[in-house]
Amino acid sequence: MSGGSKRAIRVVRAGALTTVQDCGRPGYAHLGVPRSGALDAPAHHQANRLAGNPPGAAVLETTLTGVAVSAGSEVTVAVTGTEAAVRIDGQPSPLRKATLLRPGQVLEVRQASTGVRSYLAFSGGLDVPRVLGSASADLLSGLGPARLADGDVLQLGSPGSPECREGCALGELAAPALPGLVVHPGPRLDWLASPGLAALEDGQWTVSPQSNRVALRLQGQPVHRRRGELASEGLVSGAIQALPDGHLVLFLADHPTTGGYPVIAVVDPACLPACAQARPGSKISFRVASSRD
Amino acid sequence: MKFRPAGPAALLVEVDSLAMVRALYARIERERAHGWAAGLVDVIPAARTVLLDGVADQAALAAEIRSWSIVPSPPAAGQVVEIECRYDGSDLGEVGRQWGIRPEQVAAIHSALSHEVAFCGFVPGFPYVAGLGGGREVTRRDRPRAAVPAGSVALGDEYTGIYPRASPGGWQIIGHTDAVMWDPGRDPAALLQPGDRVRFVDVTP
Repeated sequence: MSGGSKRAIRVVRAGALTTVQDCGRPGYAHLGVPRSGALDAPAHHQANRLAGNPPGAAVLETTLTGVAVSAGSEVTVAVTGTEAAVRIDGQPSPLRKATLLRPGQVLEVRQASTGVRSYLAFSGGLDVPRVLGSASADLLSGLGPARLADGDVLQLGSPGSPECREGCALGELAAPALPGLVVHPGPRLDWLASPGLAALEDGQWTVSPQSNRVALRLQGQPVHRRRGELASEGLVSGAIQALPDGHLVLFLADHPTTGGYPVIAVVDPACLPACAQARPGSKISFRVASSRD
Repeated sequence: MKFRPAGPAALLVEVDSLAMVRALYARIERERAHGWAAGLVDVIPAARTVLLDGVADQAALAAEIRSWSIVPSPPAAGQVVEIECRYDGSDLGEVGRQWGIRPEQVAAIHSALSHEVAFCGFVPGFPYVAGLGGGREVTRRDRPRAAVPAGSVALGDEYTGIYPRASPGGWQIIGHTDAVMWDPGRDPAALLQPGDRVRFVDVTP
């Protein structure tokens, strides 16, 4: 670090829910530790690429209402993820473009206009204490840093040699979008009573406002489920549980490692970014994976 | 042994007993230590299943596991962890009722049983300690408590659980411990790991 000035950002407006995220905590699920990490992984990687960081560096993840931060030193920033207006000291600034922020300048990400989550990468990455190798805030288990509050100061690491420099821009990520999510039947499809898979393919669901980093809760025609108890078993991200009342829960990164309701299908990993950006009220339907998927 | 795909990159292996879970999980961990299935990210033992997450070729992995001769294994003669427990929980009466004994007899019975960590889940460091088989299974509360204090020792189905932090919970609370179940500054962070044997020591004042 040159000049001795602290590389840091200060939180001017924390927004509804802004957390530090990286690639999470793979490998600890047998101890009950959720995977956690950025929900929209491609957007997380893209932001880091623009800011000249390794793809897994720690970034900010916002929720619906954006965030505003001021730079404590010169820093290259990039904003990716959902469509949202970006302002630097009130002046419009493009999404998905590496931009230099000068000391004292305020970067604001406004209300998300289409999806839910923006990703803000800063050159050098956010330097917060790691728990089990990760800087991610895990909202289920409370591991990692607390959600941001107004006035918080976050340290930045030393910038490496960037792949992208100021002015470098990347296009929108080509990822599957809502409403149609590709699902793989099972592991407990046999818990779904007649008409089985057809109930998933023919139905339509709405993302409930109770959704969060743990899961999307889906409202719709309840599915018919076999009665009985299943012993708790391991869960993957994208698992769709059928609750006793027939409602569906679709698990995201902060999901519990085990659960006792049957998982009737699993969303294809390529569709998880679309789940991460699914606003409350959005419509969701399912398409069973074919051999082409 | 039954193999159920869980999405395109995970495999749920279902067996018929905790002893088979124990044997299969031990074998998988032994093989992984020698570089087997290097793409695996998480292996999660549970009550009747082992979930393998990070599987490149589900059919090939299933075929390989099927070729192993796995026999149900008794609890390993491994680590024994003592948990000091004050049997002062507010559900002693309900557990006594379910077991057909007086509330003050629960401590003697629970601490005399042999217990083993079957798996961990729910929240970091929460162990599902198996040991209540043979008619000692406990029915959960009809309605979960909104907040169960950290350190609560509680029973559900065939398991004893210990709450690492205050959380909602539907299990029947029989006591409390000062044991630190989860400490991120400790290695390993979880006090109890799958396969550990547990002895509950009655320290009720």
